[in-house]
Amino acid sequence: MPLILTEEQIMLQDAADGFLKENAPIAHLRRLRDSRDPDGVSRDLWRGFGEMGFSGVVIPEQDGGSGLGAVEAGVIAESLGRTLTPSPFMGSSVLAATVLKAAGSQTQKPWLGRIAAGEAILSLAVDEGPKHAPAKIAARAERSGNGFKLNGAKGFVLDGHVADALIVAAQTDEGLTLFLLDPATPGLSVERTVMVDAHNAARATLSEVQVDADAVIGAVGEGRGPLDAALTLGRACAASSLVGAGDQAFKATLDYLKTRKQFGRLIGEFQALQHRAAYLFTELELAKAATLAALQAIDAGRSDAEQAAGIAKAKAGRVAELAVQEAVQMHGGVGMTDEFDVGLFMKRVRVLNELLGDAHFHAERLARAQGF
Amino acid sequence: MADLETFRAETRDWLEANCPPECRGAAPGEAEMVWGGRNAVFPTPAHKVWLDRMAERGWTAPEWPREYGGGGLNREEAKVLASEMRRIKARPPLYSFGVWMLGPALLAFGTEEQKQRFLPPIVRGEIRWCQGYSEPGAGSDLASVQTRAVNQGDHWIVNGQKIWTSYADKADWIFCLVRTDPEAPKHLGISFVLFDMATPGVTTRPITLISGKSPFCETFFDDVRVEKENLIGTLNRGWDVAKALLAHERTMIGAMGDTGVGRPLGQVAADHLGLDEAGRLDEPLLRARIADYDIDAAAFRLAMERAGDQMKAKQAHPAIASMLKYYGSELNKRRHELAMAAGGSDALEWEGERSNDGQAARDWLRTKANSIEGGTSEVQLNIIAKHLLQLPGA
Ligand SMILES: Cc1cc2nc3c(=O)[nH]c(=O)nc-3n(C[C@H](O)[C@H](O)[C@H](O)COP(=O)(O)OP(=O)(O)OC[C@H]3O[C@@H](n4cnc5c(N)ncnc54)[C@H](O)[C@@H]3O)c2cc1C
Ligand SMILES: Cc1cc2nc3c(=O)[nH]c(=O)nc-3n(C[C@H](O)[C@H](O)[C@H](O)COP(=O)(O)OP(=O)(O)OC[C@H]3O[C@@H](n4cnc5c(N)ncnc54)[C@H](O)[C@@H]3O)c2cc1C
Repeated sequence: MPLILTEEQIMLQDAADGFLKENAPIAHLRRLRDSRDPDGVSRDLWRGFGEMGFSGVVIPEQDGGSGLGAVEAGVIAESLGRTLTPSPFMGSSVLAATVLKAAGSQTQKPWLGRIAAGEAILSLAVDEGPKHAPAKIAARAERSGNGFKLNGAKGFVLDGHVADALIVAAQTDEGLTLFLLDPATPGLSVERTVMVDAHNAARATLSEVQVDADAVIGAVGEGRGPLDAALTLGRACAASSLVGAGDQAFKATLDYLKTRKQFGRLIGEFQALQHRAAYLFTELELAKAATLAALQAIDAGRSDAEQAAGIAKAKAGRVAELAVQEAVQMHGGVGMTDEFDVGLFMKRVRVLNELLGDAHFHAERLARAQGF
Repeated sequence: MADLETFRAETRDWLEANCPPECRGAAPGEAEMVWGGRNAVFPTPAHKVWLDRMAERGWTAPEWPREYGGGGLNREEAKVLASEMRRIKARPPLYSFGVWMLGPALLAFGTEEQKQRFLPPIVRGEIRWCQGYSEPGAGSDLASVQTRAVNQGDHWIVNGQKIWTSYADKADWIFCLVRTDPEAPKHLGISFVLFDMATPGVTTRPITLISGKSPFCETFFDDVRVEKENLIGTLNRGWDVAKALLAHERTMIGAMGDTGVGRPLGQVAADHLGLDEAGRLDEPLLRARIADYDIDAAAFRLAMERAGDQMKAKQAHPAIASMLKYYGSELNKRRHELAMAAGGSDALEWEGERSNDGQAARDWLRTKANSIEGGTSEVQLNIIAKHLLQLPGA
């Protein structure tokens, strides 16, 4: 399969870029941030995302979605990275939708339609400590009554404080199990954590949370499969957002190199900066290739898709980090100001890097997978 | 050497007796730094006691001559003082552009009268200074400053704009580069002058940084009267003073790479991430990068000490300050990148008590300016290539 977008995918890209430029440019993020919006996200915009068919991109048509694939999800995630739009897309359309699509019951599947319509926001609660470590989930679910009693603490839950339902990963005697929880369930408390990039996350504490057996997603003890599917697509889409953010910061920097003058010439005339721009371009090309390859591998159902997603996440993370660092540095004092946008890209990239495993996490996994 | 050991013992006793417990511990956050000045803010009364005691001995400026209020210490004694302060984790009693930047320039270029007038209040932390160098069109190309000073006999009238003036809204006085001869080649028409920020016609507008704080300003001069007696050095030769001062500024910014007082980075990481059964950080790749950083940080600290010794012995090339500035600021940025990786999602929080209002993230973002302020990393490398290596065409 050629490592380029199809015509339909390019049309989707134009549609997503156009929609976001019009309805949620960086000024949208600033408005939510500066007004200290309690949700930190716009429900109206989310409905607009539904109308455009973006929210349900990977949701099957019979469940109300667009029935498209990972590449299309990545295209939208990349656009979101360019405009830094706070959006439930990652948490709901990518992570939660993948879990429910893979293992949701007949009573759970209607959530897919609500996500696709931009009506519902769902969150996936996996992380517990400061680093992503899905192999070490400690939250417990003990059998109790006709269902389970949950205890544990989760962090970095995207959109957790505005979620209409939460998907929680916890250990049972049979193994890792996923539960679909109403946020109003007694014993479940959710606290918004305002993050450096003004996007949304929350901490969730589960204390003796009693749920019925029908809260289980899929089979008891078989949460690992749907969770891994969600994490894999999530990582590939996070890589897309990193590529989008890194590339956008790079473009702003190129513009600046062509306009800012010092010593009576454009700073882009200095070879010291030219070489770094050229190097960064090269690195970005690698990140783009790795990301598209991972998305395609997921769509093709290839056995190496999970590894490809890890490679993409690590590479795009490192490259985007370099891109935003160079952006601030090459803008000089201007780059350090809140008024100018490059700092916002730096913040967003930092958060995306931590999300679903940083470059160390994925490099370590790759090393283990290769037996060293 | 015996004398030095006596000095060490005495210093240790004195510090032990005089450094209040409130003024000891890991490097302070922005809010706990004492900057002095007419409107000085002290986080606790003990911080004022600590400043006054140190200032009385001249130890806020240990190597300045006694007649200007300094400590009169020689280089070896000053090192002993620094190491004894580090031993008990004593925090600096005063953060001061006066001590770090202006003072050394005054010692080299000021008249006797100017030294008597300006240096002692710096030592005592009574006057807070800001630096009026950069302008919108004159950043890396500093020598193209356009702020005009027009001769009016016994004074100048200054008009123009500075930018990125750190703490201009809090400073009492400014040291400022102004153009006194617009006809001369750009480096030969600049003068270095001092004036009170309360002079009519001076206004400041704070600029918010990406860290959310706003320590720096746009500074506007509208028909500001500056007395001729406040010219430092020779008329139209202010570039020489400016460069000498920059060497001190750079050494200071470079010194941020020396984080000897703080908790070792690896332990900070262990606090967050825990250790495995073998006592190793549970993140092998992060562990390796922190250990690499530690080696560079240790070597950098020694390079700083060596450069200081060379300077004192008049063996150092002046551009060595650029080397320290470049490396120290890049090192400090690296440290904070690693600290963010160690903190994981905890370190991404921006508000609230748990994260001390996002201190880790805000500190990390602030370090990004280290390789910009005081001349960018690129400017430092240009200076090394040109003046130290004398590369052709550089
Ligand atoms: C937090 C902070 C505090 C500051 N405090 C003060 C202060 O108190 N007083 C004060 O006067 N100034 C202060 N500054 C200003 C600082 O000194 C300038 O920002 C700095 O000199 C760079 O100038 P500039 O911002 O105009 O960037 P520019 O000069 O426009 O540089 C843009 C980019 O081009 C690069 N570049 C420029 N020329 C060359 C070249 N010849 N070769 C290769 N690359 C080149 C630069 O390295 C940079 O990456 C502060 C800056 C910051 C960020
Ligand atoms: C905060 C700050 C501190 C400074 N401190 C010092 C100092 O201590 N000592 C000192 O000598 N200078 C200092 N400078 C000036 C610095 O050295 C200059 O940025 C640089 O060395 C150019 O020198 P110049 O200003 O004399 O300009 P000029 O001599 O007029 O410029 C040198 C020439 O080289 C060209 N040039 C520079 N870099 C490149 C490149 N990469 N590729 C092609 N051409 C290039 C310039 O365009 C220019 O034509 C400082 C500048 C700043 C902003």
